[in-house]
Amino acid sequence: MSLGDVLGLFNYWMVIVLMMTGLYIVVSRGNLVKKIVGLNIFQTSVFLLYISMGKVSGGTAPILTGKPEVYSNPLPHVLILTAIVVGVAMTALGLALVVRIKNAYGSIEEDEIQKMDLAAESEAEPTGHQR
Amino acid sequence: MIDTTINFALLLFLAATAFSILRRTTLFSVVMLSGVFSFVSATLLVHLDAVDVAFTEAAVGAGISTVLMLSTLALTARHEAPSSRSRALPLIVVFLTGLALIYGTLDMPRFGDPSAPVHTHVAPRYITATATEIGIPNIVTAVLASYRGFDTLGETTVIFTAGIGVLLLLAGTIREPTGLRITAMDHHLVLRVVTKVLIGPILLFALYVQFHGDYGPGGGFQAGVIFAAAFIIYALVFGLEAARRAVPGRAVRWILAAGVLLYGGVGVVSFFFGKNYLDYSALGATATAGQHLGILLVEFGVGMTVSAVMVSTYYAFAGQNRPIGDEEW
Repeated sequence: MSLGDVLGLFNYWMVIVLMMTGLYIVVSRGNLVKKIVGLNIFQTSVFLLYISMGKVSGGTAPILTGKPEVYSNPLPHVLILTAIVVGVAMTALGLALVVRIKNAYGSIEEDEIQKMDLAAESEAEPTGHQR
Repeated sequence: MIDTTINFALLLFLAATAFSILRRTTLFSVVMLSGVFSFVSATLLVHLDAVDVAFTEAAVGAGISTVLMLSTLALTARHEAPSSRSRALPLIVVFLTGLALIYGTLDMPRFGDPSAPVHTHVAPRYITATATEIGIPNIVTAVLASYRGFDTLGETTVIFTAGIGVLLLLAGTIREPTGLRITAMDHHLVLRVVTKVLIGPILLFALYVQFHGDYGPGGGFQAGVIFAAAFIIYALVFGLEAARRAVPGRAVRWILAAGVLLYGGVGVVSFFFGKNYLDYSALGATATAGQHLGILLVEFGVGMTVSAVMVSTYYAFAGQNRPIGDEEW
């Protein structure tokens, strides 16, 4: 592997580092708000992957100037632009769920919520209620 | 050379921010760092020539997302509880997945390679044909609103649906305002004055971004978010009641639906001229004039829906039982 390969793949590797950091936050942390921040990091890394692939060396932003120029690929830009706004709408939905979970359980820690669920289940069992 | 250095520095800065988010347990700093993360990634996107995307990321990630997360914190918790669960298994899973993905990148075309497959498919056609077929300089807007107008209609509907979801989840829990309710920043004279001065220019800028999206970076998505930011900043500083008096929640919900209706309606109009759905060329005297009008209309529809979703989401969060007191920050 030459230096050129390392330089040419560095963007993708950093994207993977960011993606895995986001995934690790989602999997290993129990706090629901932090999980959503982790998802956001994951999501941003995907955006950067797409945009990095769309970049052309020596290119410029895809807005026609009338002069012959090299433009970067506009297609990933379109896909990611809309994905960002869809992403924030989804984040809002996730946060709304967190607020409702807090209202229902009094906690936003996954461990405590699971404990409460288990306690409620074992309480319900002796009376023979079907879940 | 300098390009590569900037690129690497920004990527490393992003990674440092992400690690720092991982380590913090104070949720306030986690949210603030996530705002920093968005802002740095927006800078990187400018560097990668994606000016439209960077615009959106800066407005959405560093602006609206942060406000929504802070509102959630005010309603839930300030600190992350120490977790007793094992960290070893997730670490192994993440490490192995990462290695597999890195192995996968070895076959990818190198960064910036103009002959990469992604640049040889439809993109050249968009770049060469936009000037004659659509007649507007911003290729991203041309692809977004015309070539792939169907896609964008779908995405606008997704945003609409998410907005409805937030309203359904939170609307039922809104409590009646009590007499004790603190309007957010009553005694911050400087903030109040600066906000009043800023709101006008922000709204004007949003309109510019909305209607200049054909010629430069911008369009309905960005403008919608900036427009909403003006109302959210007003609600933050002058309190939710004042914002509701200026723009009632009912009006916002109408705009929420009207935006999608306008987008879909433009598509139906092209039916009546015997064209395909969302083929704007029938709307004007010439094909490019029609495209121009069609893009303007659908972008306006997108802007309406996006701003209404953001404003109504903020109303729903801020309308929860606990208003954010000054001293708590």
